[in-house]
Amino acid sequence: MSKQLFERPTITKLTPGVPSKHGAGTVIAPMPLIDGVKVDDLIEQYGSPVYVFSERTIRKAMEDIKRAFSLRYQKVQMAWSYKTNYLDSICRIFHKEGSWAEVVSGFEYDKAIRNGVKGENILFNGPAKSALELEKAARNGSFIHIDHFDELFMLSDICMSKNIEARVAIRVNMDIGIYPKWDRFGLNYENGEAWDAINRIMNNPKLKLMGLHTHIGTYIMSVDAYRIAASKLAELACSIAQKFDHYISYIDMGGGFASKNTLRGAYLSGEDTTPSFEEYAEAITSAIINSQIKPDKLPTLILETGRALIDNAGSIAGSVLANKRLSDGRRATIVDVGVNLLFTAFWYDHKIHPVSNHSGLVEETTIYGPLCMNIDVLRPSLMFPSLKRGDRFVITRTGAYNNTQWLQFITTRPNVVLIDQNRKVHLIRRAETLEDVAANEFIPEYLG
Amino acid sequence: MLIKGNIALSDNGFVFNPSSGDSFTMNHTGKEVIMLIKEGKTINEIIELMLEKYDVDKMTLERYLLDFMNDLSSNSLLEE
Repeated sequence: MSKQLFERPTITKLTPGVPSKHGAGTVIAPMPLIDGVKVDDLIEQYGSPVYVFSERTIRKAMEDIKRAFSLRYQKVQMAWSYKTNYLDSICRIFHKEGSWAEVVSGFEYDKAIRNGVKGENILFNGPAKSALELEKAARNGSFIHIDHFDELFMLSDICMSKNIEARVAIRVNMDIGIYPKWDRFGLNYENGEAWDAINRIMNNPKLKLMGLHTHIGTYIMSVDAYRIAASKLAELACSIAQKFDHYISYIDMGGGFASKNTLRGAYLSGEDTTPSFEEYAEAITSAIINSQIKPDKLPTLILETGRALIDNAGSIAGSVLANKRLSDGRRATIVDVGVNLLFTAFWYDHKIHPVSNHSGLVEETTIYGPLCMNIDVLRPSLMFPSLKRGDRFVITRTGAYNNTQWLQFITTRPNVVLIDQNRKVHLIRRAETLEDVAANEFIPEYLG
Repeated sequence: MLIKGNIALSDNGFVFNPSSGDSFTMNHTGKEVIMLIKEGKTINEIIELMLEKYDVDKMTLERYLLDFMNDLSSNSLLEE
């Protein structure tokens, strides 16, 4: 009888991700590719760090949200929230997907026009519109969302003196049973200010009340809050119809849907706790459909979703600069992405993936950015593999707010690239130079 | 050389150490060795038995057995 093949005897300790109070065990998957493109190639061509956007992911998110809402409600219109990310190429993808523009300043308004959005497809929000901006928006037929009485009076004066009409909506804030209560924007529902504003608009021949708008907050995890808000706006719409025989053409539920990022200090991962578009859609559309609004008079539902559509599509690829041991023995890793580029590190526990394979062994690590400032901490503590100088990593879900709230601080801002649907890479914003930053400065002659 | 008395061994190579809460899995040769130890065989007896059964030279076998013993010991599975 021939002998059997010998395999060396092994014994392996089982360390499944035992759930603890910190959640499942740490498994940090390497991420060699972003949307099919090698991270190493991106960094070699565009430098480190580099912002990377995936057009595929953006379009997929748009498809998902449109499907979730239009399956449940006839008339749905998306409006891209410019402040979430106003890189022109990103805005244009959303406009190509059918989104209008939702802007909160004259600057954003002009950006939307430059991006080819028609005036009548712009929603003009915000508490700080100037007289000139209001006049321009009125003449363009944009929807002006009135934030306070001073704005209402100013717009009324402009329309009277210039003999023009304005299409308006009012922003309504209300108690929807969540904390914090957002009552600083718009007119309050419970104290009657919203109704007072509606009465004034309806009695003003120059102002056309087109819609009702609310924006209940940001990163709202409770779909019930949306249900209550939508019910209250629908009630207001019914009251308007009853009193003035006027049917508003839209209800704008604003934004605030949570992305899948994990908030700092959150017990569970955002991936597990964030409601789906379907859940938000069910709450909002059922509240409107079940209201007293007549079925043939149901208004268009406008959504200004920003974060939940773009966060997942953005990443930052960077490199490790150094490792050190802190006084208490913890490892610290210094990387070339700072809070100036990743503003959202202040409220998210961003996921960081090494680009290359690693042994699987992880160690408690603090991740510092490169700024010579104590606040520059990306992750105060996470279980992370031991990366050495020059190793590369990807920070995921960075698409929302980081390219609008970023700071030109201590250093300049890096390249931004877009991976199109055919996996071709395009530079959509070049890295800043000293000349860019100094271009707006003047030196008085005596300092010359 | 003895496996600790409270260590639970299953037929399919699963090992549980109730005093530490650790559990382990073994490949078939690992399981065979540990069963032979449990039967009270000495290292030399184990080597002879396995040389007969497997296509392996003595030096390689001894080297891997030693490694395996070290693993058992460092995982606190052997009596001191």
